[in-house]
Amino acid sequence: MEAYTIYGINGPVVTVKGGRGLAMMDMVHVGDEGLIGEVVGVEDETTTVQVYEDTAGLKPGQAVTSEGAPMSLTLGPGLLHNIFDGIGRPLSVIAEKSGPFLARGLNIPTLDQEKTWDTKVLVHPGDTLRPGDCYAQCPETSLILHRCLVPAGLSGRVTRVVPDGSYRVDDTLVELTDAAGAVHSLKLAQRWPIRTPRPMAERLPIHRPLITGQRIIDTLFPIGKGGAAAIPGPFGAGKTMTQHQLAKWSDADIIVYLGCGERGNEMTQALEEFSELLDPKSQQPLMNRTILIANTSNMPVAAREASVYTGMTIAEYYRDMGYHGALMADSTSRWAEALREISGRLEEMPAEEGFPAYLASRLAEFYERAGYVRTLEGKEGSVTVIGAVSPQGGDFSEPVTQNTKRYVRTFWGLDRSLAYSRHFPSINWLTSYSEYISDLKPWYDAHVSPKFMADRQRIFTLLQEEDQLMEIVKLIGSDVLPEDQKLTLETARLVRVGFLQQNAYNIIDTYVPLEKQFRMMEVILELYDGSKKLLERAIPFSQIKATGIFDTLSKIKYEVPNDDLSRFDGYSADAAKALRQVDEANQ
Amino acid sequence: MRLEYIGLSELSGSLVALRGVHDVAYDETAEITLANGQRRYGRVILIDGDRVVLQVFEGTRGIALDNVRTHFTGEPIKLPLSKEMLGRMFDGAGRPIDDFGELYPEECRDINGSAINPVSRHYPRSCIYTGISAIDGCSTLIRGQKLPIFSGSGMKHNELAAQIVRQARVGEGEGDFAIVFAAMGVKNDTADFFRRSFQEAGALQRVVMFVNLASDPIIERILTPRCALTAAEYLAFDKGYHVLVILTDMTSYCEAVREFSSSKGEIPSRKGFPAYLYSDLASLYERAGMIRGRPGSVTQVPILTMPNDDITHPIPDLTGYITEGQIVLDRDMDQKGIYPPIAILPSLSRLMKDGIGEGFTRADHPALSNQLFASYSKVQDARSLASVIGEDELSETDKQYLQFGRAFEQLFVQQSMVQRRSINETLDLGWKLLTLLPREELDRVDETTLEERYVPDAWKSLPGLGR
Repeated sequence: MEAYTIYGINGPVVTVKGGRGLAMMDMVHVGDEGLIGEVVGVEDETTTVQVYEDTAGLKPGQAVTSEGAPMSLTLGPGLLHNIFDGIGRPLSVIAEKSGPFLARGLNIPTLDQEKTWDTKVLVHPGDTLRPGDCYAQCPETSLILHRCLVPAGLSGRVTRVVPDGSYRVDDTLVELTDAAGAVHSLKLAQRWPIRTPRPMAERLPIHRPLITGQRIIDTLFPIGKGGAAAIPGPFGAGKTMTQHQLAKWSDADIIVYLGCGERGNEMTQALEEFSELLDPKSQQPLMNRTILIANTSNMPVAAREASVYTGMTIAEYYRDMGYHGALMADSTSRWAEALREISGRLEEMPAEEGFPAYLASRLAEFYERAGYVRTLEGKEGSVTVIGAVSPQGGDFSEPVTQNTKRYVRTFWGLDRSLAYSRHFPSINWLTSYSEYISDLKPWYDAHVSPKFMADRQRIFTLLQEEDQLMEIVKLIGSDVLPEDQKLTLETARLVRVGFLQQNAYNIIDTYVPLEKQFRMMEVILELYDGSKKLLERAIPFSQIKATGIFDTLSKIKYEVPNDDLSRFDGYSADAAKALRQVDEANQ
Repeated sequence: MRLEYIGLSELSGSLVALRGVHDVAYDETAEITLANGQRRYGRVILIDGDRVVLQVFEGTRGIALDNVRTHFTGEPIKLPLSKEMLGRMFDGAGRPIDDFGELYPEECRDINGSAINPVSRHYPRSCIYTGISAIDGCSTLIRGQKLPIFSGSGMKHNELAAQIVRQARVGEGEGDFAIVFAAMGVKNDTADFFRRSFQEAGALQRVVMFVNLASDPIIERILTPRCALTAAEYLAFDKGYHVLVILTDMTSYCEAVREFSSSKGEIPSRKGFPAYLYSDLASLYERAGMIRGRPGSVTQVPILTMPNDDITHPIPDLTGYITEGQIVLDRDMDQKGIYPPIAILPSLSRLMKDGIGEGFTRADHPALSNQLFASYSKVQDARSLASVIGEDELSETDKQYLQFGRAFEQLFVQQSMVQRRSINETLDLGWKLLTLLPREELDRVDETTLEERYVPDAWKSLPGLGR
């Protein structure tokens, strides 16, 4: 075996000499402390390694050893309810070993090696197994049954099984003899290279929405399970807040929340909050379905680059078990900047704004790992990706936002001026879009109401009309507008305040079921239609406004509990009564 | 035996290169002794086989290829630490420059620190009262937060920072307060202004000062915030102080990083700043926080002057993405003579939501601050309309908004440099101002709170408004 040694050091980039045996993307241990790194370039006798930890203290001549395999992650029970760094090391174990400040060179396994899992083995000697077949299962948390699947590329006959019972992740459960006679042991855990997408049987069309309980998303700009969305916004516009809301309330089975180059306090907050909050469906702590990956902005930049793949691999692993997973990546811009930083250290030729020329292809590779699929086993599963983007200066024309836009089909553009006026979620309805509307229409027709999409379109049109009218109002004021346009403005205001604005801190308003969203639209449109009829009879709009009905309806979101939608009848009656009063006064 | 390398192989800007060097670690420090006995310090920034590049903190003036001897210390840059640092003044690289002699250290620590493990962090929830309404009421400062002041040249950010230092209080019996002040590339006058104002407030004994003046070497400037934060972490997490760190001026710091980067020949990204500026700034700002199971906290108030008042410039932009909010100063307000000239709408404290309200400040605080933001943003709409069609043509409601806007700026935002308003005074004042608007316009407040707090015509008791 060749002995590799450090030759040069420049920040996280280390050059290694001593042979030609290192392969691209191989995982290596660098120096006396065994810092984890990855081979990113090979040139004759010189190999370039990017190190995932701080390189201070490394010296030329120190040894470099190769794992002989690409950067891989151990996948198995114990991932849920846990928090990892960008390369899959459990942060709570690191804290036990090194105290509150992160130490280097800790080679800690991803999964707890000692913990035992109550395992049921599902195969018998003599059974034939193919990739993706399930051979064992164990309850991982109160919400999720962990199913162990035969890794890709492995098939054969079962020659030995263990009885049901408690096993550790590294205990052999099943022995599989392949056609060549080689014996493979299947355990509770398996390894997978993070940069390789996990295989599936086929991709299926997207046909079900990811229900988030956020009105502007579910109603105006929905995302399908297996879809990809981007949330770009300047700082302070509420990207993280929106991501947190989605992680808390969306109806995915598994949430992978990835804090990539973001604030430490935010990850702490996510950890605390998700441990306290209960899932609305199952009343179980949210952490039971959540995996947090924290590579905060002051943690090593190379690990930040790897963290998105770590998150994606975990989400795909659960997808293969037949779950619907969602990956919230906050923020993909930090990942792109990590690419830029490493690219600069490697002295690659920069393209736009210093980003490497392969930025677009890396983004594409990442977002294309989302999808609604039939798994190797034949079940349906999905990975939905929601990536926050932090464009510099809030300018959406920068390369990361523009390239991301090409690979996502839902775009929730956050707006600084909405955030300044504390309109949250500050998703701008004029710049945002969703390409999933027609894919999802049949589902909404069947599960909510056939009128849902038509109502959505009317609400959307009202908002667009308002925008056009505001151009005029800015010049001449609203008093001189014709009566029907005053109605449009007031209704649009009601939509903005009473429907689009959603208060994440209000216990009722933080999560709203689709049925209630639909009923809210209905009441607003009823009032609009009724008012319009009165205006046709030349009744001034001020009379309708004076009844205060618009203000009453704007409070619906706080007043109608999510489990008692019969209260809507009262509001419908109020609207009808107000209109009748105006009508009678003008007889 | 002391191993020294004689001579250098290259010299460029503040960088020197040596050849034939062995057994040197990345990031370790070196002592460079000139022929005249003068001693300078450097740090290893690149190793390429037996060629080592050093960055010299004091600059390379007077250095020639053959008049120096270099000794590698085998250690990263360390700062001597002791509780005795309080009341002392150091230069940008952490050497005492007052008349009290060397510090007797309890221990020495690597100034680069290491990242706080997110699971060991304690999520900050208790506020620091600054006595300034615009901050306490609308962008509350929380212990363990990093909340920068975005300013521009010529605005009163120094006065504001000094006022925060003078007035900042934690709740009763919650521990001692200390201040770490780091000046990077500031003018002599500014450094002196801060020292004087600490003295006037009788606070000098709880301040640690690190001063790198505008004329001092820029490489030292890169060390200054790191020294300051190392001292702050020590005082907070080892000695239990609540430490408020003032870093001024971050713009000078970033420019030093740029200068250093270009002298290394690195590929520049936005506006010539290196691609790693984000990570570099994060390695400073993220050193704020609280740690589970340890007393004390590190709160940062970095000050930066936005070049050309441009908030989208890389420095404020990257800062805003890392820090937990920002306090933005506004030139218009400043010209109107309003002090502090805080622009309410773009200012934000991200941690505020969990540190105010019932059990922290007062139950009505969240609703009030939300409503003030929402109403004040409508004032801007009314103002832009008025500038087109004239104030007389405005609707009655819009006129009320204009009046509210004026009163809000003059009575709520405006306060004197020595005035400290209690949180109750601030909140009550806010409610009184809101009564200038009709009750149905207050759509961010629930009925019960409104019932309790909205006293019609309460504004009449405000100075300058009553009829």
